[in-house]
Amino acid sequence: MSAPDLSVRLPGLTLKNPVLTASGTFGYGLEFSVYGDLASLGGFVLKGMSLAPREGNPMPRVAETACGMLNAVGLQNVGAEAVIREKLPRLPWRETAVVANLYATSADEFGELAVLLAARPEIAALEVNISCPNVRHGGAAFGQDPEQAGLVTRAVKDRAGKTPVIVKLSPNVTDIAAIARAAADNGADMLSCINTLTGMAVDLERRTPRLANVFGGLSGPAIKPVALRCVHQVRRAVDLPVIGVGGIACARDVLEFILVGAHAVQIGTANFTRPDTAFRLPGEIAALMDKLGIQSLDELRGTLKA
Amino acid sequence: MDRQRCRTLKVLENRPVGQSEPASRFFELVLEWPGWSRWTPGQFVMVRPDWGAELTWARPFSICRADERGLVVFYQVVGRGTERLARVAPGEEIAVWGPLGRGFAVEEDTPTLLLAGGIGVAPFVGYALAHPAPEKLHLVFGHREPLARYPFAAFPAPVAKENWHEQNPGDLQSFLARVREQVAAHAASGLVLACGPLPFLRAVQAMARDTGARAQISLENRMACGVGACLGCVTPDADGHRVQVCTHGPVFWSDAVNLDPEKPS
Ligand SMILES: Cc1cc2nc3c(=O)[nH]c(=O)nc-3n(C[C@H](O)[C@H](O)[C@H](O)COP(=O)(O)O)c2cc1C
Ligand code: FES
Repeated sequence: MSAPDLSVRLPGLTLKNPVLTASGTFGYGLEFSVYGDLASLGGFVLKGMSLAPREGNPMPRVAETACGMLNAVGLQNVGAEAVIREKLPRLPWRETAVVANLYATSADEFGELAVLLAARPEIAALEVNISCPNVRHGGAAFGQDPEQAGLVTRAVKDRAGKTPVIVKLSPNVTDIAAIARAAADNGADMLSCINTLTGMAVDLERRTPRLANVFGGLSGPAIKPVALRCVHQVRRAVDLPVIGVGGIACARDVLEFILVGAHAVQIGTANFTRPDTAFRLPGEIAALMDKLGIQSLDELRGTLKA
Repeated sequence: MDRQRCRTLKVLENRPVGQSEPASRFFELVLEWPGWSRWTPGQFVMVRPDWGAELTWARPFSICRADERGLVVFYQVVGRGTERLARVAPGEEIAVWGPLGRGFAVEEDTPTLLLAGGIGVAPFVGYALAHPAPEKLHLVFGHREPLARYPFAAFPAPVAKENWHEQNPGDLQSFLARVREQVAAHAASGLVLACGPLPFLRAVQAMARDTGARAQISLENRMACGVGACLGCVTPDADGHRVQVCTHGPVFWSDAVNLDPEKPS
């Protein structure tokens, strides 16, 4: 039997394998380059960036929870211009897909960011973060209202030229399908789901919240069932490729998301558990496909008997 | 570039130190030699036994020593992670990545004061063993538990060392007075290095400011990744920018960071 085909064709973008890393969990890629070959990944999503630099939320900003963690980093970043100037030239963008993750507080600002980033040859796609639970303005507010989600998607798509646009959805909504439809109707090329779930943790002895921000976003294996459910619902609602994110830690997890209909996946918190997790996955996925007698991801995708 | 920085290492020893009543919560973990080409005392490693999904993060530990005998860390059982780590048996394999971050300055000709509080003494063992002129080193060590529970005997003989056992109210003040005296003595032409609990580091930072001593302090913020990616370990620098302790530190020049508690913004 020949080696299984791991490649993934997406609108305007072909990945050598379905393994991307999730925004905010992989820095600018460079932090991980000693743990593996960045070029061996399907791609990686940069830390969320805004037009102006942001210092983020006060400490403590992270807390470990059972099978997961909470974070309230609050999108600390050096700003889009510094990313373009200092980080992009150092990335192996010819060998792998580098995705920019955008955060803004208005549709106009999202549009400005799209202009800046879509013009860069290093950037293979834009991921629009309308789902961050840790910032007071914008963030998840855009992702919780179909109309706002549509406006932001349109603002980015209109200024992105040929660069494909991924809209990242929040699980903190009543009807994720409605948001997915709004993004699809306004030009999104792909969707990624999910961002973190709002949660909190407390210290009984001190009677204080464990995060200075009180609330944070829950990620890690604890949220995988929610992410699978969201991918399933979104795939049924719209005819766009979906990138599955949430609690993915091993090859079996990846194939489960493909089975439910995802085209590719992003690895987040698992990068913290072991910094070479994402690098090991393509080989482990191939081995598992071999064992299960699956020749290509296309053959498995969306074949869930439900 | 060394692409093998995350390794699976065999545990050679993992045992409580200075066993007596009540049971010691201080452990020495010896791992097989990771084959590093270089490391600096004050750097740390992330350690994650194969303990399943419940505990998400690895745990950071400063490197106590690293040589052919193996990679040695000292730890105190303080929470869920270290409790589980204490149960790891020799022969088991655990994931280790490092050496991480920036270590302590080594200045061969400079009289160097080592200030340690509690388990913060651990990195100074490796520091003293690797130092080209250990007779220039002076350790002032404050501790609460019996001395035998700390790697105090592991310092090479030329190091001048003194320990202050905090047993009664007032002992802490005598220890801090001694620390202040020594910082002042090293202010003109020496180097001061400190590792220990945050209030202790704050005190050392203030003393360095007052006396003009050149000082470095080692921070121990909560860490999820250890590699600069999660932005969970940040501390404000002197300009108020939040920088990652895991990559910009854990050792900082004392005037480069602001250790005052952050106010919610
Ligand atoms: C520390 C941390 C920072 C994050 N920062 C961002 C971000 O800047 N932009 C974004 O879209 N998502 C961000 N996320 C969400 C992740 O990209 C991902 O959607 C989420 O963690 C779920 O995946 P996981 O369970 O594999 O971690 C962050 C997550 C974590 C844990
Ligand atoms: S521990 Fe993740 S950035 Fe320092």
